[in-house]
Amino acid sequence: MDGLNLLVGLAMGLNLVALGSSRLPSLIQVAAVQGVVLGVMPLVMEPDFRWMAVLIAVATMAMKGLVIPALLRRAMRTANIDRDLNPLIGFVPSLLVGAAGMIAAVLLTRQLPLLPEHQESLLAPGALASVFTGLLLLVGRSKAISQVCGYLILENGIYLFGLLLIHSTPLLVEGGILLDLTVAVFVIGIIVDRIQRAFDSLDTRKLTVLRE
Amino acid sequence: MKELLLILVPLGAAAGAALWPDNRSRPWFLPAAGLAHVLLAFGLLAGGAEAPFHPWLGYDALARAVLPAVSLLFLACAAYGVPYLRLRAERPNRVFVAGLLAALGLMSAAHMARHLGLLWIAAEAVTLCSVPLLHFNNTPRAYEATWKYLLVGGTGIALSLLGSFCLGYASLHGGGAGDLTFAALMAQGAGLSRPWVLIAWVLLLAGYGTKMGLAPMHTWKPDAYGEAPGIVGAMLAGGVTTVAFIALLRVRAVVSAAGAGPVADRTLLAIGLFSVLVAALFLLSTRDFKRMLAYSSVEHMGILSLGAALGGAGLWAAFFHVWNNSMTKGALFLSAGNIRRAAGGRTLDEVSGMAAVTPRSAALFMAGLLAVTACPPFGPFFSELLILKSAFTTGQPGAAGVLLACLLLAFCGLTRVVFAILNGRPRRGARQADSRFRETLAVIVPPAVLLLLALGLGLATPQFLRESWTAAVSQLVSTP
Repeated sequence: MDGLNLLVGLAMGLNLVALGSSRLPSLIQVAAVQGVVLGVMPLVMEPDFRWMAVLIAVATMAMKGLVIPALLRRAMRTANIDRDLNPLIGFVPSLLVGAAGMIAAVLLTRQLPLLPEHQESLLAPGALASVFTGLLLLVGRSKAISQVCGYLILENGIYLFGLLLIHSTPLLVEGGILLDLTVAVFVIGIIVDRIQRAFDSLDTRKLTVLRE
Repeated sequence: MKELLLILVPLGAAAGAALWPDNRSRPWFLPAAGLAHVLLAFGLLAGGAEAPFHPWLGYDALARAVLPAVSLLFLACAAYGVPYLRLRAERPNRVFVAGLLAALGLMSAAHMARHLGLLWIAAEAVTLCSVPLLHFNNTPRAYEATWKYLLVGGTGIALSLLGSFCLGYASLHGGGAGDLTFAALMAQGAGLSRPWVLIAWVLLLAGYGTKMGLAPMHTWKPDAYGEAPGIVGAMLAGGVTTVAFIALLRVRAVVSAAGAGPVADRTLLAIGLFSVLVAALFLLSTRDFKRMLAYSSVEHMGILSLGAALGGAGLWAAFFHVWNNSMTKGALFLSAGNIRRAAGGRTLDEVSGMAAVTPRSAALFMAGLLAVTACPPFGPFFSELLILKSAFTTGQPGAAGVLLACLLLAFCGLTRVVFAILNGRPRRGARQADSRFRETLAVIVPPAVLLLLALGLGLATPQFLRESWTAAVSQLVSTP
């Protein structure tokens, strides 16, 4: 349990780093590292060795840690941007809100009925904090790549919550979910690329033709 | 076992279409698979109820009640797709045809899913399949719409996954094994941990509500429907929304088995009325006739949600309305596609006098308008009447009043746009916009058939459909 809590704590710390970083490469890096940290968790949780669990862990690490970040970096290079210069919510305010959200997540999960074996675990507060961080990035940033990173962190939060159920859900379902999420991010990456070509920009605030 | 074919036939056709070398003949995969799917869906419906073939997946009463409607809509769209794609012969259609077929297979899977995780996987996959369909036109506006669809829809999907996990935790916390089949969850009933059930309900309502397009999560809808080709709009409005509605109904049955039914009904009622209201207000101001259809869809999703909140009779009417919604939305989107193509524009500032330019499509669009605004004797009139009636009998006259007022506003908004487009003098740009476009039978018959079906549903609702809706209601309500 301690090893797991250490990893969840690390993931929560990475949330704050993500909120505070203005440079896109470091944001992508944070999302990638968080993905790898998450990939290790099922291995720590499973006392005995299961092939399927190892497979899923390796797949998670490869997708979240290598493939998706590589896709995002490529999009970033073609778009020739490096920073999210004018976020809708500034870096310091979003850092403060994110920290407040983390404290709120811990307090909120105290109120929730949890199973005895999950009382000491940081999984539930970590999940809530990551979901909150992801939503904050989605809403507060203006570049498509930062929003995709926000979506990744949001998904990581849900993955953390899913780990609470790891002993009861069939791994087949987990595998299907993982596959879907991966394809989702992949599709988003492709669309980002197309937007860049069509608008010559990745600033989603320029996507304003369609409105009432 | 045969019910698996409902999923495998379209998916197999999708794979075939992806490998097919010829761009001109590839669209024929659409009507072929559509016809097979319709025959299967109705054949299995006529064959009588059997036990679901697997605890996780089966053509159960709920799927029987609505999947045939989606199947019919797909066949009409597929028949329309052949001449449509011939008009767009310059564009490779491999991804489009394969994506549309895969979406049909996955929609069948989502209708038939009896497992919370499987349902989520299928519903999410439908969303992803429709992404390349949305930006088929490859314009910057289409990419903008796709981006919003992905961002809003993706967040909604993420929330519904979180909700599914919460429902799983509710079972685990209540001492269950964490079995996520709906049957097991309903059997556990009051044993589910109530706080977690409520959290799960909120998240799942937000998640699947986004997919359904309930206000205030509807923001992706006008953009996506406005920019997508007509057949895609029709499938989104009549098929994908139905998937999300069925998902919500399955979850709602679990929530009410856990003893939180009144809470769920209240939220469905509130969100339904809010959707109808928002849609009515936006319908009064929109100037674009494809976006108008999107707001009309939001309105009808609100009506469905309202019906689902009103217990057995309302639920029955909601199933009736699903059929009506699929048929009328299909007819409207397909005829609107014709008008859009001939007019070369979509807003009231660019388009007028289309009754003279495309008389047949204009007549269909007009008739579709009457159907969608619930004029008798079209089907929607009867289903909305039943929903209103059950609102009165369940002691919700206030809800009925709001619904009636909003229906009137929506009627004004819709007729305003439609008359402005059809009447008056044709603009000079029309016809020149796409001189290849002719009102051939191939683009007129599919929407006309859908309209006739909507009319037939109103005049003489087939007995086997009535029975299938009754069976679906008892599947959802009977279990204590």
